[in-house]
Amino acid sequence: MSGGEDFRVRVVEAENVTPTIRRLRMLRCDGGALPPYAAGAHTVLTLETGGPKLRNAYSLLGSTLSGGAYEIAVLRTEASRGGSAFIHAAVGVGTELTLSTPVNLFPVHHLARRHVLVAGGIGITPIAAMAAELSAMNAPFELHYAVRDEALGAFAGDLALRHGAKLRLYVSRRQERLAVREILQHQPLGTHLYVCGPERMIEAVLGDARAAGWPEDSLHAERFLAPAGGEPFAVRLARSGLMATVGEHQSLLEAIEAAGVDAPYLCRGGACGQCETTVVAADGSLRHHDHFLSDAEKAAGDKIMICVSRLEGRELVLDL
Amino acid sequence: MLLSEIKSRPTYGSLSPSPLATRHIVAIEGAGIKAFEAAFAGKAALLGRTTVVFTPSPDMPPDTLGRLEALGVDALHVSPSVETLLVRLAGLLATATMGTELSVTGSENFIGQAVAVGMAHGIGHRSIATEHSGSLARRVQCVHCKGFTGGVTESPVACGHCGLMLLVRDHYSRRLGAFMGVCIDAEAPGDIPAPEAFHA
Amino acid sequence: MTIPFRTETFRGDFTFSNSPAAIRRFPFPFDRDAYMYSVNIEQHVPGRVQTTTEFPIDIDEHYVAEMEDRALVLKADPLRCQSLPHMITAEWDLLELLMTSMARHYPDHFTLTCDGDRWHWVNRPLGIDQEFTFGEAATLPLPPMEYVTRQCQGDFCLLDQRDDNLWMDAGIVTTQADWSLDFDLGMNFIEWHGPVPLAHDLGVFDRALKFLMNLQQGRPVRRLNWTMTINPRLDTSPENYHLWGVDKASVTPENVGDKVHLRVELQALWRLPRSNAIVFSIRCYLIKMDELVTQKKWARRFHRVLRDLPPEIAGYKGLSRFRETTIDWLARHDDGAETSPGFGPD
Repeated sequence: MSGGEDFRVRVVEAENVTPTIRRLRMLRCDGGALPPYAAGAHTVLTLETGGPKLRNAYSLLGSTLSGGAYEIAVLRTEASRGGSAFIHAAVGVGTELTLSTPVNLFPVHHLARRHVLVAGGIGITPIAAMAAELSAMNAPFELHYAVRDEALGAFAGDLALRHGAKLRLYVSRRQERLAVREILQHQPLGTHLYVCGPERMIEAVLGDARAAGWPEDSLHAERFLAPAGGEPFAVRLARSGLMATVGEHQSLLEAIEAAGVDAPYLCRGGACGQCETTVVAADGSLRHHDHFLSDAEKAAGDKIMICVSRLEGRELVLDL
Repeated sequence: MLLSEIKSRPTYGSLSPSPLATRHIVAIEGAGIKAFEAAFAGKAALLGRTTVVFTPSPDMPPDTLGRLEALGVDALHVSPSVETLLVRLAGLLATATMGTELSVTGSENFIGQAVAVGMAHGIGHRSIATEHSGSLARRVQCVHCKGFTGGVTESPVACGHCGLMLLVRDHYSRRLGAFMGVCIDAEAPGDIPAPEAFHA
Repeated sequence: MTIPFRTETFRGDFTFSNSPAAIRRFPFPFDRDAYMYSVNIEQHVPGRVQTTTEFPIDIDEHYVAEMEDRALVLKADPLRCQSLPHMITAEWDLLELLMTSMARHYPDHFTLTCDGDRWHWVNRPLGIDQEFTFGEAATLPLPPMEYVTRQCQGDFCLLDQRDDNLWMDAGIVTTQADWSLDFDLGMNFIEWHGPVPLAHDLGVFDRALKFLMNLQQGRPVRRLNWTMTINPRLDTSPENYHLWGVDKASVTPENVGDKVHLRVELQALWRLPRSNAIVFSIRCYLIKMDELVTQKKWARRFHRVLRDLPPEIAGYKGLSRFRETTIDWLARHDDGAETSPGFGPD
């Protein structure tokens, strides 16, 4: 159920493109080709950190329509649960890792007549892949990229070279602000908007688009939520009869995997719905952090997305 | 070959113009004026950024044109037929920008064709507001010769092109704006039941 | 493994038949003595040797004859192969999937050599030797989907994924069981299943759609579907129904064994890598009643399935006109004994 085929890969390039962003280039250990993918796809990297095994989703950089190597860019976050810190500290050329077949939950809309791409910070990773793909297809697009300062705009130079005037860069340290309303004002009918970045930025961009009369169907966003931490709690798996404790910095899904149960997942970020699990009983209250369940479903309390959501309480019993 | 609930048939709601839309384009066939009035009348700001493309139909209320003119829309285009209205609509959409909302009201046949023009200009079909009024007559495509026959109110019906007697299947294509017509007496030539009118 | 290809027809004199080996590997679709519509989806993993699921793409003794029949259908009605413009990337994805699978599993018959984007394809049964550039449509004599599917058994539909749905935006369909690609092109998953009775009310399609939207690369799935056809006719299209429909009235107690065929579709779905589209393949297998009853278990079981079929399903599948005659004929091959579990013959 979980993941597609896995591949053992070896890091062949590792570079700190900025003090906080590390780029990895990976090839298959057995010399075979990694499968091609479309822009917007991500892969799930398994990290053997020495502690609990971590599985993190990363957008694939560039658009390797012909297959070959995979590249990701990893931001070291202050609130890292160990994944990004591990990649920055311990992963270099020669490191072997396991990654999953790509999954695409943020694809380019094939009927759009024009594409407006908006990225903030590390959210550039899927957006840059889209720009490369649209450019190769000769599809009309424009790219808006907001960064804190130019040093953090890891990919700005490369993007400017590739896309010229199609790229607009906004550097907040220079008081440049992304003016979404102006961008959206004169777009022809059939334009689609894609945004990836910090949660607050995504909400602001989508809010401005809705206020300008853009229909929901034309709006696309990718949110990768890191699983929220919280107080530890117990989980009991009714079907397999297993018990586990979900640690402070661990997700339910990770705790279940550590207990030896292969639970279904795709995005590990609360977006796709694949890990939807039936709640048998909950001694405490559910803390839903996903973007998949409706408000009514969240209120009903009989379903939970185990990749990002958790229990505030003593014990959760799941139909697994 | 059942006459049952039609899953592929679009559901029609009622027009409810978004106050956020920067421009409204409304395609109206005859009797659809009532739906338009119900949704737009009295909303001066909305009407001030509304373009109407209109074509008459036999079942529309008297003085429809006068009522339309009195509403005070920004622009009103009157076309003599559905075909000419669709050309006008395509012209308007070709230069429209995002934020434009398309609303369509009239017969199912008319809605199907106007929605197809909207989709051809990049509007998702879920973003097009539709309200049905007037005739329930169906536009039917003969699956054998591919000819379209309009104004069909009963099944079976003779194809207007190849003449085969067609069972009108409850299967609708938004792309073609038509129901599917399939030869009714293929298995027993000449065995043609009496036509029955559609209920809905 | 070299397959001995048969010379046979699926129209006119209807010389199609199955060899004893083909009968034994027939994908009989019933694992119990009753039938009810269900999603019945499973992983499309390799099945046992000498079965129709041994390889992802199954090539069998009917390959050459089926490709000849497809060419005749397309010559008469080019609308059986259509692709909306945004599906071109998915077309290349499909070409890669079919060529690599056929070349890997049937090396005696097909060879694919890739040097970057320079590809060389050899199809010995059809006498084709083609060099082309992957991704450049002008280097092939036909658009990529049509080119490769004129050389592969089965119908193929390419489904675009957008707006929380799947859209049938391209396909080649020459062996359809009474549905029209030309009519259904551009429809979403719920719409094109519109005419299927009962299943909507059971929520079958909503669940199946949700499942397929998360279908992953490298993890294809499959299911079996079935209907019945009079004469071994591949092209049972609605387009030509006014020409072949009369066959259904031609069944008599004397000719059931030769005329009435069980028609099984092995349907498979793959996520495609570059386009994020899904390919839906529909591989058709035919077996006449005379051939079916050579396997005692299948004879007993199919008699019971057909006898107990809900009338609305029999109606939807278009069996009504010959169902009773066929049940009577099959009854002679059903001694009432228990049937063993599973699909395969005893």
